[in-house]
Amino acid sequence: MKELQWEKAAGNGLLNRRHLLQLGLTGLGAAGASAAFGQDAGAILQIPEWSRMPGANASAYGERSRYAGDLQRMAGTPDPIYPGGGSSRTPLQFLQGTITPNALHFERHHAGIPDIDPAGHTLVINGLVRQPLAFSYENLLKYPMVSRINFLECSGNSGALLRGGNADGTAQSLHGLLSCAEWTGVPLSTLLDEAGVSPEARWVAAVGADAASMGRSVPIEKALDDVLVALYQNGEPIRPGQGYPVRLFCPGWEGNISVKWLTQLKLMREPAQFRDETSKYTDTMPDRSSLQFTFPMGVKSLITSPSGRMNLPRPGIYQVTGVAWSGHGAIRRVEVSADGGATWAEAEMQAEPGDKALARFTIPWEWSGGPAVLQSRAADSAGNVQPVRDEVLAARGTISFYHNNCIQSWGVDDGGAISNVYV
Amino acid sequence: MSMSRRTAAWGRILALLLCAGWLAPAGSQEARIQLGTPIDEDQLSGFDLIAAPDGSGMPPGAGTARQGRSVYELNCLRCHAVNGEGVSGNTVIAGGDMRSEESPLRTVGSYWPHASTLFDFIRRAMPADAPKTLSDDEVYQVTAYVLFLNGIVGEDESINSETLTAIAMPNGDGFVDHSHLH
Repeated sequence: MKELQWEKAAGNGLLNRRHLLQLGLTGLGAAGASAAFGQDAGAILQIPEWSRMPGANASAYGERSRYAGDLQRMAGTPDPIYPGGGSSRTPLQFLQGTITPNALHFERHHAGIPDIDPAGHTLVINGLVRQPLAFSYENLLKYPMVSRINFLECSGNSGALLRGGNADGTAQSLHGLLSCAEWTGVPLSTLLDEAGVSPEARWVAAVGADAASMGRSVPIEKALDDVLVALYQNGEPIRPGQGYPVRLFCPGWEGNISVKWLTQLKLMREPAQFRDETSKYTDTMPDRSSLQFTFPMGVKSLITSPSGRMNLPRPGIYQVTGVAWSGHGAIRRVEVSADGGATWAEAEMQAEPGDKALARFTIPWEWSGGPAVLQSRAADSAGNVQPVRDEVLAARGTISFYHNNCIQSWGVDDGGAISNVYV
Repeated sequence: MSMSRRTAAWGRILALLLCAGWLAPAGSQEARIQLGTPIDEDQLSGFDLIAAPDGSGMPPGAGTARQGRSVYELNCLRCHAVNGEGVSGNTVIAGGDMRSEESPLRTVGSYWPHASTLFDFIRRAMPADAPKTLSDDEVYQVTAYVLFLNGIVGEDESINSETLTAIAMPNGDGFVDHSHLH
């Protein structure tokens, strides 16, 4: 057998992908190759039974293969103190590419999902405008629309990791308040132009039609820039959990400001100072001052496979893969370390990263069977680099938990078990 | 129909539509879609619930903490408990000190920067199991009671749109506007 000469890209087994391609050895699954042929190279291949009979008929609504695994969001236990309040998390560790299927897009609700009949839903624009206007859903559908692929991340995502303690979780349980979709709708600027924004209007207060009438204030500069009055998600009408029939979508900004079930936009001189932009979604610093209106989600990345609570079955080559994103622009570079940040190798991007969208990275890694700490570090087009946890803690302390974009460390023990570790 | 004849037919239809101004380029004056229905602000008095720090959107009405106690006991006690002590972290609405040694307890009294937010939030979202069931007077009354529990107003102080927006909250200068940094 020919001896293989791996080209090392960084310490503890990170490999050069180009070299592997030359050797024809990429494409091994993260949890070990399990293809039928891979099990036994000497097997005589047969035509399988499903090639010998007609399959099922076409269906009205598609389902995943029953062999493809039970992909589910992870929903919290309902709390009678907060009727309808809570969240569900995307199973990041089982997804590939960058688009989150609609049924698996994370949710965060403050008073449940309203059952809205669009025939009875109205979007009002009022306040500092030339002419207050009311829009029916039917009429919103008639406007020219644009589409954008953008991530959405709850600003509380990954928050538990700032405070430390036992955080033995999965990519889903620790970071699953993150998803990415194609959002289609009417540019907010189109509707604001129709109402005629007064020069003294500096903020747009957006309100939802849920039981909490949840509100957030958006600066006029953002509102006139890239904000959508979104009607479609990945090609279909936005689902109730995402704001059917219409939501605000503010690309790159903390999820809560993309107000779901959008029913009012009020042009104001000052922010409305809603509960969810004063008491919540604000960050108290060690000096006890509190940061308000921290909008863009910081540059961040996460290895999704291998990741928390997975097990590496045996030493060998694995594809390390994950996602990176930034509310400040596009991902420029992702580096991966297998030795807890001592040495880094640049990962390959699976496709050209988009603006304020998830980007998928990958790098081959040969696990020796010994301890390892896997990390990823992203840099964006605005020059931001993802910080280590200690940097975030030094700057912000642990009073608040929003806006944590620190590097995630996955520890691999010598048995192959993977868990969150603090480095 | 051959491909070339079909193309020619479509070309004639297109030319007709262009002449009629039905297919002008998107964004031009001719094709501008304006489908919003004009509406007056007074049609929105029961719809626009935004009560802002400058007093805009605050409805007529008034209430005292003494009146608010019974409204609170009927509608708020289950979650916020006696004296606003709460039944879980997020339901504690009184007490706290932003200068405490340990991680501070953040409540209406210790944390919230604007009194208007209390009225705005109670009116739009509380009580959580039956939001928007309180009258405007009841919202003023229970707002006054929560402020009283935090030692911010007296028990018989009348809270209305003017007195409420004049209140300086204890942590009113504790916030840094981060929005200009983006």
